[in-house]
Amino acid sequence: MFDPRRVTLVVNGNPVDRMVDSRVHLADFLRRDLKLTGTHLGCEHGVCGACTILVDGASVRACLMLAVQADGRRIDTIESVAGDDGILHPIQEALSRRHGLQCGYCTPGVVMTLLELDRDRDGRSLSEPEIRAALSGNLCRCTGYQGIVDAALDLFGPKNIETSTQPTHGSST
Amino acid sequence: MGEASSRIGTSARRIEDAALLRGAGRFLDDIVLPDLLEATFLRSPVAHGLIRRLDVSAARALQGVHAVFTYADLRPLMTSDRMPLALPAAGLRFAVDPFVLAVDEVCYVGEPVALVVAQTRRIAEDAAALITLDLEPLPAVVDPVDALAADAPKVRRECPDNLVARTRIDYGDADAAFAQAPHVIGQQFRLSKGGGHSMEPRGVLARFDEAEDLLTVWDSTQMPHRAKAILVDALGLSERQIRVLTPDVGGGFGPKAVFHPEELAIPAAALLLRRPVKWVEDRFESFTATCGERDQVWTMQVAFTQDAKLLGIRGTLRHDHGASTPYGIALPYNAATNLIGPYVLPAYRIEIDLCMTNKTPSAPTRGAGRPQGTFVMERLLDCMARKLGLPRDEVRRRNLIAPSQMPYPIPVRQRDGSTMEYDTGDYPECQARALKAAGWTDFSARQAQALSEGRYIGLGLANYVEATGRGPFESVAIRIGPSGEIVASTGATAQGQGVKTMVAQIVADAFDVAPQAVHVVTGDTSATHAGLGAYASRQAVTAGNAAHRAARLIVEKAATAAAELLEVSRDDIEIVGGACRVKGVPEQARSLGEIARALAGTPGFALPANLPPGLSVATDYMTAGLTYTNGTHLAEVEVDPETGGVTILRYVVVHDCGRMINPMMVEGQVIGGVVHGIGATLFEWMRYDAEGQPLSVTYADYLLPTADVVPRIEIHHMESPTPLNPLGVKGAAESGTIGAPSALVSAVEDALRPFGVTITDLPVTPPALRRLMRAAAARSAA
Repeated sequence: MFDPRRVTLVVNGNPVDRMVDSRVHLADFLRRDLKLTGTHLGCEHGVCGACTILVDGASVRACLMLAVQADGRRIDTIESVAGDDGILHPIQEALSRRHGLQCGYCTPGVVMTLLELDRDRDGRSLSEPEIRAALSGNLCRCTGYQGIVDAALDLFGPKNIETSTQPTHGSST
Repeated sequence: MGEASSRIGTSARRIEDAALLRGAGRFLDDIVLPDLLEATFLRSPVAHGLIRRLDVSAARALQGVHAVFTYADLRPLMTSDRMPLALPAAGLRFAVDPFVLAVDEVCYVGEPVALVVAQTRRIAEDAAALITLDLEPLPAVVDPVDALAADAPKVRRECPDNLVARTRIDYGDADAAFAQAPHVIGQQFRLSKGGGHSMEPRGVLARFDEAEDLLTVWDSTQMPHRAKAILVDALGLSERQIRVLTPDVGGGFGPKAVFHPEELAIPAAALLLRRPVKWVEDRFESFTATCGERDQVWTMQVAFTQDAKLLGIRGTLRHDHGASTPYGIALPYNAATNLIGPYVLPAYRIEIDLCMTNKTPSAPTRGAGRPQGTFVMERLLDCMARKLGLPRDEVRRRNLIAPSQMPYPIPVRQRDGSTMEYDTGDYPECQARALKAAGWTDFSARQAQALSEGRYIGLGLANYVEATGRGPFESVAIRIGPSGEIVASTGATAQGQGVKTMVAQIVADAFDVAPQAVHVVTGDTSATHAGLGAYASRQAVTAGNAAHRAARLIVEKAATAAAELLEVSRDDIEIVGGACRVKGVPEQARSLGEIARALAGTPGFALPANLPPGLSVATDYMTAGLTYTNGTHLAEVEVDPETGGVTILRYVVVHDCGRMINPMMVEGQVIGGVVHGIGATLFEWMRYDAEGQPLSVTYADYLLPTADVVPRIEIHHMESPTPLNPLGVKGAAESGTIGAPSALVSAVEDALRPFGVTITDLPVTPPALRRLMRAAAARSAA
């Protein structure tokens, strides 16, 4: 059952040249062979979005693509997003500021989806429904999405809008 | 130096975030050890059957396979046939602890039958496919009501029948209340609630180190100390021979509090093979092998006066308990007690039957039965409003417990033997604020306007309470060595709630440092002498107050030592920025590291101020009683009568969990909880066919709420501090889930008022709504 194939690809800017069993999916290849464990597996049937990565800049479920299909491609994973100095990307920073993560398991996929969204919007500001639609392929069981949406609105929304429609603090007895 | 953002009561940024955001978290499947083997389970493909033949020889022969274990292979390691799990429960008629692997009968789809350990997971799965499992089918019991019929087949051959437990709540004189009541309404409710569905599935990794004589188990559990105790019992080892650790855990929501067979099978395999073994659940297993909630059938009556005062409630609750009893009977009992809610209910009697079925054992998911109890009460209140022609808010207002009645005892005995008692809260004010925020009084005009445009909108409300902070205790130890690092260890566990930030914030407050300066250890049985973990929205109450006490004690010890070292009196010492200094003379100071070094002792010399050695303290906070969080939810929805589709237009929560340690994290818990409740109401449904085959085992069939279908949740806080703990805090983790089904269904029913629809069942799917509308139309035509 072992059917090794050679793959050459670029992962987070680094050239990779490996033999890989033809049936191994890309997420397992990244996690096990390349030790890039930031890409998480939530369902392995292409719905939850935790394993979202960028392949040639486009978001892909790494559980639905075989490693051999990545031959010749450019892959970006969550490990490439923050600076080498550890400084968080503005998307990561906004997610923390807006409490857009709790357990953090879906977070890498969310970050990759938002990176793609940021590039595709091409400087245009986005509405909350547009942002919610873009995030609809990433399941999160913890946050109810609100902190994620607010983080995205901070960065991609119309400038100077109030993202919270109601006061959230300070209305206590 | 101290930062204002670290203070208790402020929305400090989470110390967990930086690593998680970079993909640098360390979840169970991220851990790789030398010589690691990987495992998979062969599971029952049928709901009920007898094992006629289990032939693993071909699997064992596959290259790369290290072992295939059946029950017979693991039994010699065990001290008993079954896993020693039983939580004490007075109502249990017979305990049905699960087996680590099936012996000769399989009782649900997904029950583990054999364990394959191989070089890689892929090889293990290839090998599992080579196992021959011949099963003789037995009749499956699927419906919890049918399960109790006299001629019902048995879920398990060894049990006398399918009624695994029977319990009741009975106070006041319900029958007398009904005999005199001017109004009685009866209603049956069939309530389904789904699974926990943490995005990270479960997982276990075990390693036995012969030199250390230590079995180390990494387990994505909510309760590592309980897991360790069960492993000690099951394997006949001593406490020093087992250490259980939780790595980062990607969500819990209840099921990870249950000790599942894999948590014993994998350590047993590691002991037998003398190699580390890892198993990580796949999503199909999450649906079939992991405990979750399921169906409850409530047959209820409410008695009330002409002016809408509750006189009594009585009825029965049939609870689908699944094929074994891994987690006691708390789930339906919670449901039944939470029915009472924030209302004056003079008499209440409910008979609770826990029915075994040939399904995965059921155990609490977020809310733990309380959403269903609240749903029944809130639905009955809506029925009363309809019958009396009164507004729904008015019926509730007339029955709410007044703040002047606090503390409010209810003659129901709890698990610890005490009587139920609500501590604090202003329920009428909570409802009033929610109505105002949601525009309740203007709504009928808006609704009429919408209807004239052909749009069906509705507004629903629900009140609820939640017993939080369940005891009996939680532990926190703080240790500071000469390095000066503050290390706080707790028996509390973290699955995303922000427990580390919560503990760090409290400890940092005492030392006047930033939370990032406190290193928090959770979920390691070697880090605290005891601990309980995550269940019942308890950790801010229990671990929070333990941290508070531990921090106070260690600061006092540091200050006393510093006073001696600086040759001043204790009262002249202040803690600023993590150092003890002489008031008014900031250059006269000792760092925590220096104090720790002095308290570490020097051979032959006395310790400062003759204090006990070490700058450390270990303490436990023991609860004084349950703290009751409360809230009011208002949901505005639009229903498409042609499709039965429901769109949530607006969602308002007024929430009172006492004093808040970190309001940002409280809101995160409440919002996440509400969305879990939205899922349980409109989307999530674990379906089985008549043979007990699960029909919804992917996220294409079992729908979780997504970002585009949930609304923005508006939260308004009240803070009624509890006198039951020094911090005045109550729990917040499940509260959001409890009110959501009631508020949403009240809103949907309101929107469909022109059709005369009454909703009694959950979930409310579009086909279910369409059926109700057709039935209502047929009734009115008849």
